[in-house]
Amino acid sequence: MTKAITVSGLHKSFGRTHALDGLDLDVETGEVHGFLGPNGAGKSTTIRVLLGLLRADSGAAQLLGGDPWTDAVELHRRVAYVPGDVTLWRNLSGGEVIDLYGKLRGGLDRARRADLIERYELDPTKKGRTYSKGNRQKVALVAAFASDVDVLILDEPTSGLDPLMEEVFQTCVEEERDRGRTILLSSHILSEVESLCDRVSIIRKGRTVESGSLADLRHLTRTSVTAELAGPPNGLEGLPGVHDIDVSGNRVKLQVETDKLDAVLRSLTDSGVRSLLSTPPTLEELFLRHYQDDDVRNDKADEMVSR
Amino acid sequence: MTAVTTARFGTRTGGSRQLAGTGTLLRLALRRDRVMLPVWVFIVAGLVLSMPGALEQSYGTAAERADAMRSMNANSSMRALYSPVFGDSIGALSAWRIGVYAAILAAVMSLIIVIRHTRDEEETGRQEMISAAMVGRRAPLTAALLAAFVANAAAGLLIAGGMAGQGSGGALALGLGVAGTGMLFATMAAIVAQLTESARLAKGLTSGVLGAAYVLKAAGDAGTEGGESVLTWISPLGWVQNLRAFAGERWWVLLLIGGAILAQGALAYDLAGRRGVGMSFLPTRPGPAQGKLATAGALAWRLQRGSVLGWALGFLAAGVVFGGMAEGAADIVGDNRNTRDIIQRMGGQSGLTDAFLSTMVGMLGMTAALYVVASVLRLHAEETSQRAEPVLANAVGRLRWAAGHLVIAFGGALLLMLVGGLGLAVGYGKDLGPILGACLVQVAAIWAIGGLAVLLAGALPRAAVAAWAVAGVCLAIGWIGPALDLPQAAMDLSPYGHLPKLPGGGMEWAPVVVLLTIAAALVAAGLAGLRRRDMIS
Repeated sequence: MTKAITVSGLHKSFGRTHALDGLDLDVETGEVHGFLGPNGAGKSTTIRVLLGLLRADSGAAQLLGGDPWTDAVELHRRVAYVPGDVTLWRNLSGGEVIDLYGKLRGGLDRARRADLIERYELDPTKKGRTYSKGNRQKVALVAAFASDVDVLILDEPTSGLDPLMEEVFQTCVEEERDRGRTILLSSHILSEVESLCDRVSIIRKGRTVESGSLADLRHLTRTSVTAELAGPPNGLEGLPGVHDIDVSGNRVKLQVETDKLDAVLRSLTDSGVRSLLSTPPTLEELFLRHYQDDDVRNDKADEMVSR
Repeated sequence: MTAVTTARFGTRTGGSRQLAGTGTLLRLALRRDRVMLPVWVFIVAGLVLSMPGALEQSYGTAAERADAMRSMNANSSMRALYSPVFGDSIGALSAWRIGVYAAILAAVMSLIIVIRHTRDEEETGRQEMISAAMVGRRAPLTAALLAAFVANAAAGLLIAGGMAGQGSGGALALGLGVAGTGMLFATMAAIVAQLTESARLAKGLTSGVLGAAYVLKAAGDAGTEGGESVLTWISPLGWVQNLRAFAGERWWVLLLIGGAILAQGALAYDLAGRRGVGMSFLPTRPGPAQGKLATAGALAWRLQRGSVLGWALGFLAAGVVFGGMAEGAADIVGDNRNTRDIIQRMGGQSGLTDAFLSTMVGMLGMTAALYVVASVLRLHAEETSQRAEPVLANAVGRLRWAAGHLVIAFGGALLLMLVGGLGLAVGYGKDLGPILGACLVQVAAIWAIGGLAVLLAGALPRAAVAAWAVAGVCLAIGWIGPALDLPQAAMDLSPYGHLPKLPGGGMEWAPVVVLLTIAAALVAAGLAGLRRRDMIS
C-alpha cells in the first residue's frame, strides 16, 4: 500500500514554544488513522502543516505524494478538512457555506449532499451564529462528506454532536473507508477511535510516542485478571510482569503485562480455577498510561502550545 | 452633564441585581483597553491643547485675529469645514478650529468602546460565559458606558485644565462639549448595539450617523454665517460649536447634549432589559438552502457588498451637499492674506470656487482612505476569526483568496471617488469632467495607503491595525494641518500632500505615477509576505 500521509521529524516552534518536536506520522492509503494526544500535544499544528497553513521549521511532510506547502492548492482538490471549532459567516446560510466549500474544492455530489443533510437533520436555511455548536459542526461535516476527495482530515470533528449524530458520523466514516478514502481522525472520544480506526498514533509534546494497530498497542499494556481459585494462589508475586496484585483468601486480582499473560494463567491453573475474568486493556488505559507518565511540572510548557 | 449621567446609572435601572457585577466588568473593560484608551484620550486632548500655540504663531496680533475672523466667517467653505468663528481670542479661534474635530474623535472613540464591550462580546459568544456568572442583565451595558465615560471625562478634564489659560469658562465649556459629544455617541452606539446582531454593522450604522451629522453641520454652516441654520441645530456636532466656548458661552446648549444623552441612554437601557443575550431587535432571517457562491471572490463580495453600498451612498450624499455649497464659496468679503493662504494650502490655486471644490474633493479622498483600510483589513479579520482557514483548506490559493478582498478594497475606493465626484458635479450643476478627473487623481493616494494596509496585513499581520494609525495621521495632516501652517516636511508625510490641486490647478502626472508605483510595490510586497508566512491560528 502507498502512503497517503508521511511525516517525519517535523519541527515547528512558535517563539520559544516547541509545538512539534520531531513528530512522525504515517497514514496508509485507505485506512482510518486515529490521531491521539493530550490537549496541546501538537495535533492541530500537525494538521495545519499538512494543510499548508503553517510552514514547518524542519522535517518532511508529504500529503498524497505532494508537498503540502508548495502544492497546497492542487492537493486541496483531493482533501476535505473539518476543524474542531467551525466558524461561519453570520450572513451566509448553512446551505450556502456547504455549496461554497464544495465549489471551492471543485465540485460536490448533489445527491449525497441532500442525503447527508437529511441524515444529520440539518436545516440549511439558518444563518451563521443562529446555529448551535453541534449544528455548525454538521455544516462542515456535510460539506466534507459530500465532496469527492481522497483524503479527509478531521480535527476533533464530533465536538458538540449528540450521541445520535455521533452514530451518523461513524456510519459516514465507515462508508468513506469502504469507498477507499483515507481518513486522518484526531479525536478525544476514545470509543469513537476504538470502533473506527485501523491504526492510531499517539503523540505527546510534539513527538510520536506510539503508533500501530490497536492490537499492537494492546500488546504493550496490561490485562487485568480476576480469578476465584480452588486453593490459595501460589507464587504469583514472583512472576515477571505482574503488578497490583491483591489476594483475599482464594480470590486474586492482578494486572499483568499482556505479553506475560501465559505464565500467570499457568500458575492460576496450578491452583485450580473456579472462575476467571480477564479484561483486555481499553484504549483509555493505554491512553492514560501515556498521559500520566508525565509530571505536572512539565505540563506548564504544554499549556503554551494551544491547539 | 457629569452628575446627571452618573445619577442615572444608579437609579433608573430597576434595582441592584440588574447591575450586579458592573464594577468587575468595568475593571475588565479598562484592563482590556489599557493601551487603546489612553492613546485615544491623549490624541483627542493633545490636538486641542496644541492649538493655542500654533494659532499664536499664525495670528500673533489681535488685529490679525480680528481680520482672520472676519474673512473666515465670510468664507462658506471655511465655515463648512470648521465652523463659524465666534470670537477673535486665541481660545475662541482654537475652539473654532478644533472643537468639532475633537468632538468627532471623541465620538469615534466612544462608539468603538461601547460596541466593543457590548455587541462584540455577544457576537463572539464571550458574553454567554460572563452572563452565566453573577452578572446583572444591564451590567455589561452599564460597564461599557462607564468605560466610555471614564475616557470622555479624562479627555474633557485634560482639555478643561489645559485650556484654562485662555479663560476657565471657555475651557470648561470646550471640555464639556467634547466629552458630552463623546457620551452622546456612546449612548447612541448603545442603542444601535441592541438593534443589530453584528458588531460590525453596529459600528457602521453609528459611524454613518456621525458622518451625516458632519454633513448636516457643514451644509448648515455653509449656508448661514452665525451657525444658526436649522441644519446645524439638527446636528449634534452643531451643538459643540454653538456652545461658543471662549466667546460668551451658551451654557444652555449643554442641556441639549445632556438631554440627548439621557434620552438615548434610557432607551438603550430599556431595550437592553427586554432582550436575551446575543439576541437583537432586527432578527436574522433564514437564507437559501442552496448556495450560488462559487469562488473566493464571490464570497469576498458577499461579505463586503453591504459596506461598499453604504459608503457609496454616503459619498454620493456628501458630494451632492458639498457641490451645492460651491457657488457660495466665492462670496469672500475682504482680501485677507491668511485666509487665502489657508485655502491655498488646503488645495486651491486659482478661483475660489475651484479651491472650494478642490478642498471637498480632497476631503472625500482622505475619507476614502478609511474605507480602503477597513476593506483591506477585512482580509485580516477573516484570518484571525479562523474563517480563512477552512477556505484555504479548499483548492483556493492564498493569492486568489486575498485578491477577492483586494479587488473590492481598491476597486471600491475608485467607485467611491467616482460616485462622490458625480455627487459634487450634480450638486454644483456643471463641470462633471474636471471634477471626476480631480476625484480620480485622489485614487493614487488612496491606493498608496491601501497598499500599506496590504503590506501590514500580508507581511506583518500582528501589526495590521497600525494601518488605521497611518490613515488617521494622513487625515489629521490633511484636515487640520493646513490651518496650522505645518512645515512642508510634515505635510509631505501624507500622500495627499503630493497630489496636484484639482480642479483649477494644472495636472501633474509625476506624483500620480509615483504614488501608483508605490501602491503597486506595497501590494506586491504584502502578497509576497502572505504567500510565505504561516497563517495566524
